[in-house]
Amino acid sequence: MPPRASRKQAEPEEENAGGRPFWSGTLTFGLVSVPVSLFPATRSNRTSLRMLGPDGQPLARKYYAEKTGKDLDADEVVRGFEVNKEKYVIVTDEELERLAPEKTRDIDLKQFVPAESIPPLYFERGYFLTPAAGSQKAYKLLAETMDKSGLAGIATFVMRGKEYLVAIFSDKGILRAETMRFADELRSPADVGLPEKKAPAKATVSKFEKMIATKSKKQFSPAKLADKQTDSLLKLVKKKEKKRENVVKVEEEVDTDRKVVDLVKILKQSLGGKK
Amino acid sequence: MAARAIWKGEIKLGTTKVPVKLYSAVQDRTVRFHVLDDRAKKRVKQHMVNPDSGEEVASEEVQKGYEIEPGRYVILTQEDLEKLQPPPSRDIEIVEFVPQTKISEQWYERPYYAGPDGEEKDYFALVEALRNKESEGIAHWVMRNKYYAGALRAVGDYLLLFTLRDANEVILADDLTKLSGAAPTQKELAMAKQLIEMLQGEFDPKEYKDEYRDRVMEFIEKKAKGRAPRLKAVKPKRQTAALDNVLAKSIESLRKKEKRAA
Repeated sequence: MPPRASRKQAEPEEENAGGRPFWSGTLTFGLVSVPVSLFPATRSNRTSLRMLGPDGQPLARKYYAEKTGKDLDADEVVRGFEVNKEKYVIVTDEELERLAPEKTRDIDLKQFVPAESIPPLYFERGYFLTPAAGSQKAYKLLAETMDKSGLAGIATFVMRGKEYLVAIFSDKGILRAETMRFADELRSPADVGLPEKKAPAKATVSKFEKMIATKSKKQFSPAKLADKQTDSLLKLVKKKEKKRENVVKVEEEVDTDRKVVDLVKILKQSLGGKK
Repeated sequence: MAARAIWKGEIKLGTTKVPVKLYSAVQDRTVRFHVLDDRAKKRVKQHMVNPDSGEEVASEEVQKGYEIEPGRYVILTQEDLEKLQPPPSRDIEIVEFVPQTKISEQWYERPYYAGPDGEEKDYFALVEALRNKESEGIAHWVMRNKYYAGALRAVGDYLLLFTLRDANEVILADDLTKLSGAAPTQKELAMAKQLIEMLQGEFDPKEYKDEYRDRVMEFIEKKAKGRAPRLKAVKPKRQTAALDNVLAKSIESLRKKEKRAA
């Protein structure tokens, strides 16, 4: 993602605009290089609501200069780092791009670790990797080898003005990158100030163990993660639509970057080698 | 300095309640920039405008709509949205437990320490029980007017509560198709296995540093003093060679490195 500006920045962070890959680059292990594209493995929330005007027309979020009140286009704003109160150092896209040494632009798998050995504390977000035309064989070679050995590859690389620590997993023959937090981005219990451990009573421990045993399932079921809020929102939307309550229709030019993208379809096409 | 708790709740297990305080386990270190007006070099403001007329729409006039089809919206009033909010509760309800390896990394979103709030005997007993059973609990709770689903785990001597992505958000490999194209040969597979095994080790997060962040900060400091270094453009390189050749060379070069290290 682009270097984040203030929290107020309207950029839809992980949006997959128009079905284009999030990033394209090279995955390497040893001297083997596999050109790949990265696609998000998560969809954005289905209930993102649109901001509408009094007559129901969709609105746009715009930057403006406080002093003049004038709206600013993308080429009229810059990225600034606050070094002192209200004193900024401007950093351009080109500078950010050039600050990344060549070797940091590839996902170079320098180490492989047992796939289940990484604590979940580190995981941030998933992306599927798809092979570029002509690199299917090397891609399969890596995926199959990692799968058989139960290993995940670790690398750091710079993408869109930020360095990422990633673990690459082979998931049913498909490579998936999980971005991870760096060690200094995690707090320790001491940082948080948690109290020291007190030895618990054996009887209490076994009481909890019994409770755990009675509520234990062998498998994890994602259905337990159903989003209740979204479901009730969708129900309300249906009800209002039926009653024709608060339904507005507006003429709107279709903006390709805003069109809902079927990520699964795009991924299937990229994996199938079809355009 | 001790962190401030972001929320207080009670882990509910049957009829037992274990009071906890939540603290973020993450400390974001991303270099933060502001969006500036290029001419005035001042921070910009944001507002909503009608893209056709370019006119500003005051925030109290903005409505929220759900798009049922392109160009058709159902407007949700403030009242509607308030009604959709879950009733407030302090309960972190554990609906079931699963073995610790069963939730794939794709689901984990954000970790929070759940530290003891007052009573500590039950707290540390629960930590030990979860650790002994190598289990994690699937939790449901309501925090700041929002439903959450998550996983409760013992990590070291404490509890961690992770928010998990909802069922609809995650794309699974099962949803996708198999890869097309030629399969690697047995020889290539054997060499790749050898290569990966030579690179095998233990996961040690301290080995990885965000060096780019340091480079950006160093550059900013120099630029602030009016001494920004000239940065060179980088041209990407391409390499194409037969797969088995490259594999053999990789193994050879790693062997040499090992020898030198020995």
